Amino acid sequence: MAEATIAAAELAALQAAHPRLFRRSTAERARSWGAWLVFFALFGFGLWWIDASPTRIWGGLSKLGFLVGLMLPPSDGGAAWDFAYALLETLAMAFLGTLLAVLAAVPLGFLGARNIVPNWIFHFGLRRLFDGFRGIDTLVWALIFVSAVGMGPFAGILAIAFSDVAVLAKLYAEAIEGADRRPVEGVRAAGANGLQSLRLAVLPQVLPLMLSHALYFFESNTRSAAILGIVGAGGIGLQLSERIRINNWDEVLFIVLMILATVAVIDAVSRRIRMAIIRPPARSG
Amino acid sequence: MSPGTIDGFERGYRRQQAEKRRRTLGFGLLLAAALVASAIVGQVDLARLATGLPQAWAYVWGTIPVLRVKTLGADLGEWYWGLGYWLRLAAETVLMGFTGTVLGGVAGLLLCFPASRNLVQGRALHFACRRLLEVARTVPELVYALVFVYAFGLGPFAGVLAIAVHTAGSLGKLFAEVNENVDPGPIEGVRAAGGTWAMIMRLAVLPQVLPNFASYALLRLEINVRSASAIGIVGAGGIGEELYLAVRQFEYPDISAILLLIIAMVSIIDLGCEAVRHRLIGHDALRMV
Repeated sequence: MAEATIAAAELAALQAAHPRLFRRSTAERARSWGAWLVFFALFGFGLWWIDASPTRIWGGLSKLGFLVGLMLPPSDGGAAWDFAYALLETLAMAFLGTLLAVLAAVPLGFLGARNIVPNWIFHFGLRRLFDGFRGIDTLVWALIFVSAVGMGPFAGILAIAFSDVAVLAKLYAEAIEGADRRPVEGVRAAGANGLQSLRLAVLPQVLPLMLSHALYFFESNTRSAAILGIVGAGGIGLQLSERIRINNWDEVLFIVLMILATVAVIDAVSRRIRMAIIRPPARSG
Repeated sequence: MSPGTIDGFERGYRRQQAEKRRRTLGFGLLLAAALVASAIVGQVDLARLATGLPQAWAYVWGTIPVLRVKTLGADLGEWYWGLGYWLRLAAETVLMGFTGTVLGGVAGLLLCFPASRNLVQGRALHFACRRLLEVARTVPELVYALVFVYAFGLGPFAGVLAIAVHTAGSLGKLFAEVNENVDPGPIEGVRAAGGTWAMIMRLAVLPQVLPNFASYALLRLEINVRSASAIGIVGAGGIGEELYLAVRQFEYPDISAILLLIIAMVSIIDLGCEAVRHRLIGHDALRMV
């Protein structure tokens, strides 16, 4: 049997011949140390900046424990029906907001798809505009629209529509760009004009994906709609922030639990519909 | 082909078409019912939409300041009169997002190993960790922020904590999903060599999952910077507080100035994270060879 161990001299020779395999170069190591140093310095500075002193953490935690004590057991305070109606309002906001966003995003998606509008300056500009819109949180939109159209669910609907339209349009544009070219050529060859080929060759390919994205956004919008009321944009969030303001913490927990249950139900239902849309049942016949 | 075959084919086609139409009609009716119900509950009708949309547009349009070519410099200066202060707030927002992501990421990292089905024997521990992550993830961030502002006082500390809790929940779940797909070979190797559970996690699991973890954490950082800009609205620090003041006091040009600053900030963070992510993935792809 051959000797399995490597002699020390052999190892040294290998190390001399292939130093990179044994040890990263000094520059590489310096860079990685530097990156970690910056990371920890920034983290330490962050902790210092937000004033995370042990006494403060301890004081806050004991107050938090006190709050949890107040929350238990959760109670509806006799307003369960009000909460239920506010939740319905939240769902309505999410639904109408998503619908508005989808209606606006379909034409924008076609405009933003490179294979439909091949002008790259237009494409680039539109995509950057989508990215810009995406950077603003739904809550910020809600704040602005409450100021623009007054308090109530309408402001929430607009906020949801505005914050989603850009992301949806981007997703739709990507779906359209990924569509198969051959049906388009086939319909063209049969004498269809541009609009007809969009309707008959592109739309059938992307519609299931578009619907599934829309449902997915509806799911996530029920989550975000639940908090928009905090800035006055209707729904359960208004009840929640009012209960916090008057320190009825048992009702706060009750509302949070109601939100969680609703979101779970919506998620489950929407997931089933999504699966049915993407994979339609095999037809007999 | 006999005429009978063609007839049969046509009948089948018609039947399929009819079924498809029925399905479409069913979904359409469902959608219409949901639309009507939502419109009633949400107090929205076409008239409201027709007056409200232009109103909203006029508001957004009204926040755009007057910029003349002749006095562009002075106009820009007037528009961004608070630039130094706002930049400081923007930096604070980014710092909040970063600190919250690191804190939440560390918590998620610690919780993700016991939350992975393939890595723990005890079912009770696995179940407890899963539920803990679920609660941290599903309660909206803003609710945490409201509660923490109450417990820890106004300021960025409450915001960072709210971001950290939410991040721990969502990253912990994503991390656990990555863990459940690791190659069991190295785990058996370390166990055969006599490694403890902690050693197995450190030496067999972590090297496999680290690039994915880093990628998810960077994506989360982008999301967290965005939400850090909103969380100030409830008094938890960052640029959102200033925006809230501007909106409440109807300082129209300030609103657009701060919004543009937020967009610029988020875009820069997005680009930076993307660059780092590509570098990390590229680096590891090279080392695998």
